[in-house]
Amino acid sequence: MSAQPSVVRVSGIRKAYGPVVAVDDVSFEVRSGEIFGLVGPNGAGKTTTMECLEGLRAPDRGAISVLGLDPYRSGTALKARIGVQLQEAQLQKRITVREAVDFWASLYPAPVNPATLLEQLGLKDKRNAWFMTLSGGQKQRLFIALALINDPEVVFLDELTTGLDPQARRAIWDLVRGIRDRGKTVVLTTHLMEEAERLCDRVAIIEHGRVIDVDTPAGLVARHCPERAVVLATTDETARDRFLSLPGVEAVDAGAGTVTIRGRNATLVTDVIQCVSAHHIPVTDFQTTVPTLEDVFLRLTGHSIRD
Amino acid sequence: MKGLWQLTWLEIKIFIREPLGLFGTVGVPVLVFLGLGRVMRGAATPASPEEAFLRAGLPVFAAILMAISAVVSLVTVIAIYREGGILKRLRATPLRPSTILVAHVLVKLLFTALTLALLIAAGRRYYAPDTAIQLLRFGVALLFTTCSLLSVGFLIASLVPTARFAQPLAGLVFYPMIALSGLFYPLSLLPPWLEAVARVLPLTFAVSLLRGVWRGDPLSFHLWDAAAIALVFAVCTALSARVFRWE
Repeated sequence: MSAQPSVVRVSGIRKAYGPVVAVDDVSFEVRSGEIFGLVGPNGAGKTTTMECLEGLRAPDRGAISVLGLDPYRSGTALKARIGVQLQEAQLQKRITVREAVDFWASLYPAPVNPATLLEQLGLKDKRNAWFMTLSGGQKQRLFIALALINDPEVVFLDELTTGLDPQARRAIWDLVRGIRDRGKTVVLTTHLMEEAERLCDRVAIIEHGRVIDVDTPAGLVARHCPERAVVLATTDETARDRFLSLPGVEAVDAGAGTVTIRGRNATLVTDVIQCVSAHHIPVTDFQTTVPTLEDVFLRLTGHSIRD
Repeated sequence: MKGLWQLTWLEIKIFIREPLGLFGTVGVPVLVFLGLGRVMRGAATPASPEEAFLRAGLPVFAAILMAISAVVSLVTVIAIYREGGILKRLRATPLRPSTILVAHVLVKLLFTALTLALLIAAGRRYYAPDTAIQLLRFGVALLFTTCSLLSVGFLIASLVPTARFAQPLAGLVFYPMIALSGLFYPLSLLPPWLEAVARVLPLTFAVSLLRGVWRGDPLSFHLWDAAAIALVFAVCTALSARVFRWE
């Protein structure tokens, strides 16, 4: 196989529905074998972007290449090589789990074994159940099964944990990591910052139909929200000055038996621990505040993702 | 055509699992047929209007009911599948879009054929069995007509905003057409403007064709009816290919 620098390449796409511009100007690349997340609030243009990648819509402008093909024009040829889970999709109410995976398997040239797949996704016991009787988590696992039935090279997952309880959500995250670990590329959308941070190798932050920035979650935090804080509970009066002399420390606030040390160095927490240890500063409590993707979003857009 | 038989078979199984839908499609036309037949047989003396209706009108009426219930059911299914994103999910597979829709047409035609067979079996008590050829011809004419009406159904399915309106809207389009189809009284009794409308409705041609085939008219008597029904099919299929909404 020839080296493929990027599995998905999106350059300058735009899509409007009448007067409503869903996607204004979106560009990014997805590398082989990574979990790539499109992250942004509802209505940011994530799903429209996904549906353009899946070949369900044609962008008004710009170019998309998935596995070297134009998704909308190549149609069936590409559809056989990608896996798709759509946002809020349903199946026929009275189709059984087994019938769904068997039918999907019949549509592809080299499907994986449906029974094995159901077992891997924990749906073996539900194989004769009608779709309408499944729980939210079971439905999502079935849709993941359908997205994986053709042993795809790229899997597109649109808001796959929306509406699930935290436990089901974690189980789905493990499944998605498993997909990547088997060498697939995963492109997903989410409006949950925690999901993006824990699951994605790289994320593109999208708002109002535009990509604001693309990087690893840690890279985004380091670039946009480098400030960290350590809060210590100590009665040592001299501690304040010792922390101020640490490299990269910008401010130390002391008050009511606690000291808050703020700085931008990535090594701030280590530096503080070493300082505490070296000078035998008595500490009864220790907390760190490290910014998350949520803070990055707030800084980049000026509002919280839930607004 | 990849996946067509699998999808058709799947949709047949799913359809059978919903008892009410199955009853509406298969049961209602048969019950109407048997019920009306029983009531009218008492009043039917030789050469009376009741006797004429019983002999030619009622089988055609039951057949038209079958065709219309197939169409209403198709419009409803398509609207529900669209609203639930099922059509969209199927479109994300290598299935050709037309295959998804043709499978539903096949399911409806199959149940129409099945209902007709039941009806004929049940009708043996009221009618001297016609020659097999005539029944076969009637069956072909009914499937041909149903096909054409289903294309009207696809057009309606494109226009209904939500699944909730699908059944009422389809009923609203088709049931008045029965009244104007010439099945119960001659169209010449209508006011001229209404008669003009009635003469161009697809169901009027369908009734004329089916009644003629049932009576054993030579096919050449009804070429215009067949041509009109084929035209409806061609126009509605072409139109819905342009305006059909998948989501």
